[in-house]
Amino acid sequence: MPKVTVDGVEIEVPDGVTALQACEMAGKEIPRFCYHERLSVAGNCRMCLVEVSPGPPKPAASCALPINEGMEIKTDTEMVRNARNGVMEFLLINHPLDCPICDQGGECDLQDQAMAYGRDGSRFHEHKRAVKDKHMGPLVKTIMTRCIHCTRCVRFATEIAGVPELGLLGRGEHAEITTYLEKSLDSELSANVIDLCPVGALTSKPYAFVSRPWELERTESIDVLDAVGAAIRVDSRQTEVLRVLPRLNEDVNEEWLGDKSRYACDALTRQRLDRPYVRRDGKLQEASWDEAFAAIADKVKASSGDRIAAIAGDLCDTESMFALKQLMGALGSSNIDCRQDGAKLPAGSRAAYLMNTGIAGLEDTDAVLLVGTNPRWEAPLVNTRLRKAWLQGGAIIASVGPQTDMSYPVDNLGAGPDTLKSIADGLHPFAETLRNAERPAVIVGMGALARDDGAAVLAAVRALADSCNLVRDGWNGFNVLHTAAARVGGLDIGFVPGEGGRDVAGIVSGAGAGEIDMVFLLGADEIDMSGLGDAFVVYQGHHGDAGAHRADVILPGAAYTEKNGTYVNTEGRVQLARQAVQPPGDARGDWAIVRALSGVLGAGLDYVALGDVRAAMVAANPIFDNVDQVTAADWDDFGEPGEMGTDSFESPVDNYYMTDPISRASETMAECTREFVAGDGGRAGTDG
Amino acid sequence: MAMLDRNARSLLLLEIAAGMWLTLKYFFKPKVTINYPYEKGPISPRFRGEHALRRYPNGEERCIACKLCEAICPAQAITIEAEPRDDGSRRTTRYDIDMTKCIYCGFCQEACPVDAIVEGPNFEFATETREELLYDKEKLLVNGDRWESEIAAGLSADAPYR
Repeated sequence: MPKVTVDGVEIEVPDGVTALQACEMAGKEIPRFCYHERLSVAGNCRMCLVEVSPGPPKPAASCALPINEGMEIKTDTEMVRNARNGVMEFLLINHPLDCPICDQGGECDLQDQAMAYGRDGSRFHEHKRAVKDKHMGPLVKTIMTRCIHCTRCVRFATEIAGVPELGLLGRGEHAEITTYLEKSLDSELSANVIDLCPVGALTSKPYAFVSRPWELERTESIDVLDAVGAAIRVDSRQTEVLRVLPRLNEDVNEEWLGDKSRYACDALTRQRLDRPYVRRDGKLQEASWDEAFAAIADKVKASSGDRIAAIAGDLCDTESMFALKQLMGALGSSNIDCRQDGAKLPAGSRAAYLMNTGIAGLEDTDAVLLVGTNPRWEAPLVNTRLRKAWLQGGAIIASVGPQTDMSYPVDNLGAGPDTLKSIADGLHPFAETLRNAERPAVIVGMGALARDDGAAVLAAVRALADSCNLVRDGWNGFNVLHTAAARVGGLDIGFVPGEGGRDVAGIVSGAGAGEIDMVFLLGADEIDMSGLGDAFVVYQGHHGDAGAHRADVILPGAAYTEKNGTYVNTEGRVQLARQAVQPPGDARGDWAIVRALSGVLGAGLDYVALGDVRAAMVAANPIFDNVDQVTAADWDDFGEPGEMGTDSFESPVDNYYMTDPISRASETMAECTREFVAGDGGRAGTDG
Repeated sequence: MAMLDRNARSLLLLEIAAGMWLTLKYFFKPKVTINYPYEKGPISPRFRGEHALRRYPNGEERCIACKLCEAICPAQAITIEAEPRDDGSRRTTRYDIDMTKCIYCGFCQEACPVDAIVEGPNFEFATETREELLYDKEKLLVNGDRWESEIAAGLSADAPYR
């Protein structure tokens, strides 16, 4: 622990920190452009100059200066002020004076630091340089004349995203950031370079010129478009969500966000269900809430409890699922299921459906086996952790299932259950690797569990966890990677078939065979609608997707930015999403709709406010009391060994950009699909 | 004594004579009133009257949708929406000024980096209905075209003092 003096104050700092970090620990602000905590040190902007003694009598770049015992750092001397002033003047020489039309205006590092450290006028009367804009795909807009060559984007693409497609060409005044062969930046994390860019060189294309930062209302919330539960900030103006930005959460998303979570928000104003509909004469017609409820009540009264079923979708908040479960219980139905993809996950054992290692914990792993999952598309922020484990810890990563580019080397051991079985039985050499590793982990995806033999696969992975000793003192290497934000919450409140109840497959086949009269779809769009036969379908949700097309009654609900809701992410972290805007038209919060319907059906739930539902949830399962925390699951017995099929494991996500009703309605996501998935990624730079 | 003085003034009609003398003096002086609306008083080049959106000489609108006027407006009378135009440039799709809210402080023209929004010399824009005072972009651009020569003259007259 070396001791250093910063502006006359002596502090003790950990070994290996840089002068810049030491100054921050001492509470001194150091201006910087190229330095970023999560990226390697480049030291090329020279903005972080400080005076250091002992050392040569000149300013030193603090971001690249390791601390020595007894070092004395001065951050506010005449020399430092002059040096920063000069650096700023050089940076501004070629930076255009176009702040009024720049989307970064108002949240620009260069603007702020020019105010704090720059001169008030320019002494440069020669021509400024101009740089041709580059095509970086449908998400990132480039105005390369504004670039100050901090290379943060290059380092992000190379180090974090694992797509080394950005680079700096040329020297001095001719330096330019460019993509390899001017292709689109093909990464599902590409838009993070927009946040990293300290100037307006890389800005958001869908958000171009839409709004200014000072017009926006900020709401801190949680992303639900994958099961990671990334912390987001929802920026809205009046009734419209204009953009979604990541928020810092070291345990979940660090400060990154996937492109889908960031850019699907344009769908929140498209294809919305904003009033109730009732199907009359084969056509969905607008109706009032009373008419819609009356139509449901007629059907419920004409039926009996065991002929009614409910399926919860992937984006539901836990409160609405909890209320619906109670309503179905009051109606005498145990046909409820929240696993609409048919994943064979047991609700009883929590360890069986959680990512027990934790998202941040994956960084520490040294041997990982991926079973039937493509984390790059199912949960890009989990993939960054795996990449970090490989990059920094040298983790050995192998997979059973789809063979895809995951931005780090993955040894594909096989495609199907037989390979999994040979590892579990210790016959495969990788079993030895897992056993010898200090912190081994296995990650099972929905591609392995959402199949007919899913229960047997789960049991085989459990057997593998036991035989390879994945669960040890203080370490649990058994992980399930979900694809649905609602799944863990649904399993935590037990939204699964009760005694003698039907699961999703049973409900669909029962409805097709006429054994189920009524199906209540709570935002469930991924099931086979054509199999529902003549059943009366009630769809409660926010987007006109598959469920709404099949529905006989539509109850308009709220999307995740329009309601306060609890979500549990794949590692079992209970998080709250908060309301940013009002639901459109007659749409209402989802638990309130279920509550109102229960009154009409004579099965009154006695909740008055959201707090009542939450209190009841906590009473039913105490983990909901630990908001923002992970409640570790006990490693108990689960899994029913059975015969596994021979089909190879496929990832459930075949298009990262379209996985749910929101992203399917998004124009931006449609454009990304065209560019990245449909294989139109080879456009030349001159096209954009 | 005071009573005698007052009575003497009344009897000799001194007050009315003094008044008539003043009237007679003004009768031969130049008139201070003007025959509005046929005549109008002079106004300063800095006069802050009705708003206008200006164009460049080639006909391109000046406004670049930076929204600084909207941000600075103390009465929150300005509403702007923007998106990229077909040629990729930053332009407004909506530029509304609620003239019933406006307090004519002139901050908008001070904030404007391209001299697009200005308060012109026109002060005669009374309307019969309230709705007519809710100006949109089209109305403001028409104002700019109509008053461009006066606005330009005012700006150049004031330029040395800025």
